[in-house]
Amino acid sequence: MSGEYLLTQVLNGVSLGALLFFLAGGLTLIFGLMRIVNLAHGGFYLAGGYIGFATVTATGNFWLAFLAAGASIALLGLFTERALLRRLRGQELPEVLLTVGVATVLGDLALAVWGGDPKSVDPPAAIGGTLQLGELPYPTFRIFVVALAVVVGLGLFYLERRTRLGAIVRAGVDDRETIQALGIDINRVFTGVFIVGSLLAGVAGVIGSSFLGLLPGGDVEILLLSLVVVIIGGLGSLPGAALGSLIVGLVQAFGTSELPQLATFIIFAPMALILILRPSGLMGRPI
Amino acid sequence: MTRKWVALPAAAALLVTGCAAPDPEGRAKAAKAQSDVITVGMLRPSTGSSAASGLDMERGWRLFWELNGDRVAGKRIRTVFEDDASNPSVGLNKARRLITSDQVDLMTGPLLANVGLAVADLVDRREVPMVLPVVSADDLTQRKRLKHVVRLAGWTSSQTTHVLGDYAYDQGHRTAVTICNDYAFGYESCGGFTNTFTDRGGKVIGKLWNPLPTPDFSTYMAQIRQADPEVVFAEEVGVDSVRFVKAWKEFGMDSTGIKLLANETVVDQAFLRSSKEAALGIVSAGHFAEGRPARATRSFVDAYHRRYGLYPSYYAAATYTAAQGVREAVAAVNGEVTDTARFLAALRAVKLADSAFGPEHLDPYGAPVFNTYIREVRPGPYGPWNVPIKTYPRVSQFWKYDPAEFLRHPVYGKNYQGDGPWPRP
Repeated sequence: MSGEYLLTQVLNGVSLGALLFFLAGGLTLIFGLMRIVNLAHGGFYLAGGYIGFATVTATGNFWLAFLAAGASIALLGLFTERALLRRLRGQELPEVLLTVGVATVLGDLALAVWGGDPKSVDPPAAIGGTLQLGELPYPTFRIFVVALAVVVGLGLFYLERRTRLGAIVRAGVDDRETIQALGIDINRVFTGVFIVGSLLAGVAGVIGSSFLGLLPGGDVEILLLSLVVVIIGGLGSLPGAALGSLIVGLVQAFGTSELPQLATFIIFAPMALILILRPSGLMGRPI
Repeated sequence: MTRKWVALPAAAALLVTGCAAPDPEGRAKAAKAQSDVITVGMLRPSTGSSAASGLDMERGWRLFWELNGDRVAGKRIRTVFEDDASNPSVGLNKARRLITSDQVDLMTGPLLANVGLAVADLVDRREVPMVLPVVSADDLTQRKRLKHVVRLAGWTSSQTTHVLGDYAYDQGHRTAVTICNDYAFGYESCGGFTNTFTDRGGKVIGKLWNPLPTPDFSTYMAQIRQADPEVVFAEEVGVDSVRFVKAWKEFGMDSTGIKLLANETVVDQAFLRSSKEAALGIVSAGHFAEGRPARATRSFVDAYHRRYGLYPSYYAAATYTAAQGVREAVAAVNGEVTDTARFLAALRAVKLADSAFGPEHLDPYGAPVFNTYIREVRPGPYGPWNVPIKTYPRVSQFWKYDPAEFLRHPVYGKNYQGDGPWPRP
């Protein structure tokens, strides 16, 4: 195993992890605070990707795609939370089923509007193409995704740890009743977090449309991996989501190449192990 | 005693009438023989992840009858389309409905091999002729041939990759890595390449099997670079085709000096529409080449583009050509398709002097013998397309092997890829 090969595989794992972090970050925040397993998150990702694709097709501007996808999926998140989920607050099973319904509707709408041909978006020249890392050619876009994930991750972490808003969210995760007793409108906090999570999913869709391509069913593919990340990292923990993304990305990269017969198993094995040994995840607290 | 003697003839009479009386299908068949409509049932997915290619199948089939009229030998060809949802059990139910309530004279479709295998068994039992333009599972015209199933305008998975293995050796390549989807179509595609490449003395130094679908090809690119072969043979379908082509480019694989040879589906228009410029320059083997300058192909490609605003994929070309063949067979039996044996014989005897694919006829096993094109993706009139750079005429599903000897080997699978110089051509 040459050093060059090892480096490529590490980069492959880290960049896949970076993409997963955008989804898992939102998923874990929403779950931690609202106790909702938002299975529409994959649908948000897919819808974001298609909106990004439509924007790039119409305007040719990749950055505008980020903006359009982020904004419209944030709005979609607002609608889902305010108009739909709020009616079922506290009823866990109906809530989960509702999110499955939203995901199905989004998936079928996308199939009706954009058809079943796989779509993919080319990043602009500045972050597209191939970068030479010494002797090693590597896609520039993947490096860009890693950088973006680090920036967004640090930003979210700062927001959660160092601001008053973050303190309210953390308090909400720990003890919903007390924070309501303190006169804080928990519903507005819920809506806010749901919107942030949705926005991240929309942005992830644009990244994914270039990274993995868009197609019907692409939402399930990515949602499954994100759920594994969230379970490994610990429900509700942002650093946990970052660590989990890294682990799943690396396991995926080395697992598929070194043990191809066990490629699928090897993703779920660490999850099963964690569920047995540490059910609250690596960095989560017992709930 | 007397009672016994009365009972016996009564029972016998009951037996006789019991056999003859309620036979709605037989009566319907008799009625149909007079009918001036020939009903074709087409199964294709119009929902689910392979809906796009299923739609191409429908478009190709419809276009042929639109352009050529739907009357043959005084009969009108009517087609009933059903959605198999890419699911074998749904496909079986829909096929049953087409046979029983629509009383189809001929079945065609579907897209996926697992649906095709299930439906082929059913139509064979029910004695309905079926034309398979897309499903390419080798054994359906090899070790598990069915009397009622004809691969008119179809292909077998390894048919074109046999050619490519031979071509790769001719290009001076001696070491190869193969990468194929981890299911039957992948095993058969890779098997075809490996068998002929190693017959000539080439060595396959790595065999990669990627799951379907594979979201991220980066690790496979790293493994290919690590193995450092002279040539890579790749088979991918669906979104994996798009992802593979993109990854190959983004990882700068061309700059490593490793050459890529692809099977037909990696750069078929169904996926080339999405890969676009990233696929330029890729060389592949296929039985369809939309950039073939011959009139039969040009007129089809132009008509298809006028009608739908797209290049046709091989899925569209296959059903279009199947329709052409069906028309010949119906004309040959003068519209008497209810005589199943005669109609089947006519379907097997179809000879197309030229078609969207090129000249084509069927071998004694019901599989087509056709041109295989070595194609290169080049800029075309409506975007990138596949242009033939070399033509191998009259390629059989057995390549140059002796059919009997070939059939003594198992079908290509993960554990049998035909490595080494045997069976010799």
